[in-house]
Amino acid sequence: MKTEHKKLREKELVVKSNTTNLSTVRDFVYATALEIGFTTEIVDNIILAVDEACTNIIKHAYKSFPEGEITVKLKYNNKKLTIVIIDHGVPFNPETIPDPDLQKYYRQHRVGGLGMYLMKSLMDEVKYVSVPGKYNQVLLSKNLNTAH
Amino acid sequence: MAEFSTSIKDAGGVNVVYLKGYLDAHTAPVLENTFSNLIEKSKYSIVVNFKDLSYISSAGLGVFMAFIEKIRDNSGDIKLSSMSDKVFNIFDLLGFPLLYEIYKSEEEAVNKFSETKKLEN
Repeated sequence: MKTEHKKLREKELVVKSNTTNLSTVRDFVYATALEIGFTTEIVDNIILAVDEACTNIIKHAYKSFPEGEITVKLKYNNKKLTIVIIDHGVPFNPETIPDPDLQKYYRQHRVGGLGMYLMKSLMDEVKYVSVPGKYNQVLLSKNLNTAH
Repeated sequence: MAEFSTSIKDAGGVNVVYLKGYLDAHTAPVLENTFSNLIEKSKYSIVVNFKDLSYISSAGLGVFMAFIEKIRDNSGDIKLSSMSDKVFNIFDLLGFPLLYEIYKSEEEAVNKFSETKKLEN
């Protein structure tokens, strides 16, 4: 691997934008996160954040169209795990998502923004990049030394 | 593919819904159907037992928000019980304990319904 000299390792998984594949993505991330040395508690948080990112892509970027492509890249060393998730659906602006307001959801019988809030709460870093007409990317990262 | 199923027990007029497996955006419709069927039969006193639930994402949490007002409007409730720390932490992070009663045991949750009825009579 060309990045071997930096001791940065990479793995990649490509799945279709179907909710049946959420468990495939979770299993993929789970095994590597454990291998790096995160506690099972932190690993559970990481796979939840990744699930939320992929669920948002399926529902919003691909509008539940099941044949879109989602690429999940893991980049990691003994200090940090970075998960980059790429789709080619509708661009997404995270600034438009307000923090969740449960009282409001109670009245509206629906929820929105819970996934985004979970991602921000559970990960050290959440970054969105959209190149319209090309791709959208969400980057999630967790440092090992701050993981407690 | 993640497995998820529900089963229901009648505990003296209170419907106990047992969740098993992984509750995510793919399996959330299973739980929606379970709640819809209970509501169709006018069964509004519900305890959800989380003992065998291994995983929940926000899509699963959303199902509880979708039905709670209709159930409370009919003098019922969804009370939650027997959550693992892992599942409780997610509910807690999102502020659900302000909107839902969460009990350690199923028995406690079921008994709350009869206590409430006694108070009303």
